[in-house]
Amino acid sequence: MLATGILLFPGINRERDMAIAVEQSFGRAPRVIWHKETDLSGLDLIIIPGGFSFGDYLRCGAMAAQSPVMQAVKTHAARGGYVLGVCNGFQILTESGLLPGALLRNAGLRFLSMDTTLSVERNDTIFTSHYQKGQVFRAPMAHGDGNYTADPATLDRLEGEGLVAFRYADENRNGSARAIAGIYSPNHRILGLMPHPEDLVDPLMGGTDGKPLFDSLAAA
Amino acid sequence: MKAIVTVMLKDGVLDPQGKAIGHALNNLGFAQVGDVRAGKIIELTLSETDPVAAKVAAEDMAQKLLANMVIESFKVEISA
Repeated sequence: MLATGILLFPGINRERDMAIAVEQSFGRAPRVIWHKETDLSGLDLIIIPGGFSFGDYLRCGAMAAQSPVMQAVKTHAARGGYVLGVCNGFQILTESGLLPGALLRNAGLRFLSMDTTLSVERNDTIFTSHYQKGQVFRAPMAHGDGNYTADPATLDRLEGEGLVAFRYADENRNGSARAIAGIYSPNHRILGLMPHPEDLVDPLMGGTDGKPLFDSLAAA
Repeated sequence: MKAIVTVMLKDGVLDPQGKAIGHALNNLGFAQVGDVRAGKIIELTLSETDPVAAKVAAEDMAQKLLANMVIESFKVEISA
């Protein structure tokens, strides 16, 4: 079982949802790691949850990307560790340079708080083995800055090298380039995505569409 | 010494805020307004006294934090 830590920055508000989803699939509660900590030894998977770290000042994720714990996450990633970033976590990963591109203000300018649907681009990664390739699943989203962008060469590389993890399946509401909702690092060990699979992991939440992601990680 | 860092989205990057401001100005009757781009200005008060060194430092800050070079460009002006 992957030893898992969830990062906590001031302004993050989805860490409990994430911990519930992890504990439900893993059978063990993750460690919660304050942003000033720098020792991630013994952890296999670092999760950066959603919220509004440091008030989204300057740019979403910009302040968190400079925090002490993110230096440790870079070291963790460089030695092949797993990283999952959701929503603000995805923004922090792009701001840190651990994933390419950036998340711009939603094309329609509105904060989008609603369900969306995602298509699974590949199911041979540690994050998606419990989905089918091409499967479409429901995922809540809640963001003002989820409009994924990168230069055309980077987008071509992401698509050509199989690094697109998820695309918006029904409607691309935030205007993301090529309907990209989530991407992998070249080694497929870092995943960032805007919607919240952790918020659909129990019938009491209205569905379990997000649970296969955590079951995939639990089976790793 | 002050450094004034102006951060703008790069040309070609969609600026929905600029668009919305443009629409609002048109609605207010300013029919002459075409493209609008919105950015931000960051004023830094520096202990530096050498304007060249101040500019170098502010540019370093802009590249490392104040601007996201994937989507933004910046310019630095130094004033006394």
